[in-house]
Amino acid sequence: MSVRKTKHEMPEQEPTERIKNFKEVPYGYSKEIAIEEAKRCLQCKNTPCMKGCPVEIDIPGFINYIAQGDFEKAAEVIKAKNNLPAISGRVCPYESQCEGECTLKKIGEPVGIGRLERFIADYEREKGKKPPKKPVSTGKKVAVVGAGPAGLTCAGDLARMGHGVMVFEALHDPGGVLMYGIPEFRLPKAIVKSEVEYIKSLGVDVHYDIVVGKTITVPELMDEFDAVFIGTGAGLPNWLHIPGENLDGVYSANEFLTRVNMMKAYRFPEYDTPVKIGKIVVTFGAGNVAMDCARTALRLGAEKSYILYRRTEAEMPARLEEIEHAKQEGVLFKLLTAPVRFIGDEKGVLKEVEYLKMQLGEPDDSGRRRPVPIQGSEEKLAIDTALVAIGQSPNPLIPQTMKNLIIGKHGNIVTDDEGRTSIPGVFAGGDIATGAATVILAMGAGKKAARAIDAYLKNR
Amino acid sequence: MKIKAPLVAKKAQPGQFIILRIDEKGERIPLTIADSNPEKGTVTIIFLEVGKTTKQLGTLNVGDSLQNFAGPLGMPSEVKKFGTVVCVGGGVGIAPLYPIVKALKEAGNYVISILGAKTKDLLLLEKEIQDFSDEFYIATDDGSKGQKGFVSDVLQKVIDKQKVDMVMAIGPIIMMKVVSNLTKQYNIKTLVSLNPIMVDGTGMCGGCRVSIDGKTKFACVDGPEFDGHTVDYDTLMLRNRRFIHAEGEACKLAGVS
Repeated sequence: MSVRKTKHEMPEQEPTERIKNFKEVPYGYSKEIAIEEAKRCLQCKNTPCMKGCPVEIDIPGFINYIAQGDFEKAAEVIKAKNNLPAISGRVCPYESQCEGECTLKKIGEPVGIGRLERFIADYEREKGKKPPKKPVSTGKKVAVVGAGPAGLTCAGDLARMGHGVMVFEALHDPGGVLMYGIPEFRLPKAIVKSEVEYIKSLGVDVHYDIVVGKTITVPELMDEFDAVFIGTGAGLPNWLHIPGENLDGVYSANEFLTRVNMMKAYRFPEYDTPVKIGKIVVTFGAGNVAMDCARTALRLGAEKSYILYRRTEAEMPARLEEIEHAKQEGVLFKLLTAPVRFIGDEKGVLKEVEYLKMQLGEPDDSGRRRPVPIQGSEEKLAIDTALVAIGQSPNPLIPQTMKNLIIGKHGNIVTDDEGRTSIPGVFAGGDIATGAATVILAMGAGKKAARAIDAYLKNR
Repeated sequence: MKIKAPLVAKKAQPGQFIILRIDEKGERIPLTIADSNPEKGTVTIIFLEVGKTTKQLGTLNVGDSLQNFAGPLGMPSEVKKFGTVVCVGGGVGIAPLYPIVKALKEAGNYVISILGAKTKDLLLLEKEIQDFSDEFYIATDDGSKGQKGFVSDVLQKVIDKQKVDMVMAIGPIIMMKVVSNLTKQYNIKTLVSLNPIMVDGTGMCGGCRVSIDGKTKFACVDGPEFDGHTVDYDTLMLRNRRFIHAEGEACKLAGVS
């Protein structure tokens, strides 16, 4: 029997249509396509795909059930390890994780593992999720700080181990970056809320508007709880540090995306929070956040949406799918270009960006070839909005307000591999510990920390 | 307006602020804390009805509730014994000045307060602030109460008369700029409380960034108080006009003006 060499396509909205709305781009697999795609899996005994999964899903196991048409069993297999599959099934960089290790890559494309995970998560959500049986209570209580991917994963796993869990979220909605950062067209907010409802159905309490470090401190939480997990993320935006960065029209990616996603500025004035972008928008950076910015700008009516990046397409850190989608939608890429300064008018409004052309030189610490400016290659571009998407640093609130907690040189909380900090009983994971990374790595860190917390509580 | 928020009231210190949202579709707006009572669990906010949210806030009645109320945010004021301090408040900036006046007085300072407003009807908390002040002055633009003119005119006279160790100024940006320019000539330590546009208020969006001594700082986590002599007031003024057009549109549609 010969195996189909390519993944089954996932139907999606036409680019010309989707840039006019904020609805999700791919529609997902049908049952029939999912079964066909699952049948491509070779069920390798050595399970290479699982080595690439930060949350340890039994990948061949759930795919096998899909191939047999038993979607409920498939969901059980996924849920045994991952409480948030509708999210990871949409935003994971599969190509460098599970799918990157797939044996089928030797003859063609890997199994569409991400698409299958998403299919099962959506199937289960539409049918109505069944929470697993409540475990016997251990009588221990854990406080989780931050309701983002790390915190939610940690909270869900701890609840399933029988611990009492309370999550403290600073903002008015759960999800962290899933809510304020990732746009609706990539991760619908109703799905995030539904996944959070599932976590709550496991027995987790979520409290909003509690800014830990301000409203209540970690030492105070330690008086009330047996352990604390900190998953406050990488909130602090990085800047280009070039002249004109404070002009009206220059946003951090975080401000722009928070206004649009969490505060729903794309529905202003129905919603009160505004955003203004004008006709020509330039995003600086080429990661997932940058693609989100550039694609969001198009949906808000920008006539031209550029990505300005100092290296080439090969070095772009974004997921392949994001780059492809951005191209299909008409995002323009100005590569090997680095901004020098922003130029405004007398009212402090952004008018132009000046940039230099670059060429690739010797490899740097990251192994990527270092971009070197070409002298005298300055050019200017008339723009209305600049979106700075060159990464984030760990949120400073808790590090700022906690003595004895060892902090790394980038402002991150220092932990061991299992999330233990320098203070016994205090654990941390996700971007607050590693600096800005991916949703799935944060989920993996939350999972490991939950196990370490469980062990810590048992030994007390 | 008094808000029942026991956790916030328990932690609130002079100089800090809160973020509130009226309803599901509302904007998150920052307001400085004017007073707090940890025993009763209440936080007092005083606001000027300038935009859609504050106008809506003004229509709420006793017993109504807000969608969200988070805080206390920002770094507290530096409260210690400086010696002679002058507290300058302009317009609605008088509200957040009040807890600072109180704290500075209780810390053993000789407190001179100068309050300013366009006209006497816009003056706030006169009696409350006077109670905690060793000297108390008022300036109004139209001369309807106190001296006719600006708070900076009064401040000049105070400085001419005695040695001043610290000036705390909260009010319109232009007032804080003028006060800082004045005190700089005499090398008097000056603190100002800035009110840039914010979204989350927790150090995440950078919308509230201000240029301090040429460096970018976030008012929500590094401030809102800064050394008045290092603030780039002109950029702040321009940045605070970023959404003025949208504000007008929102007010019009909501039927508040």
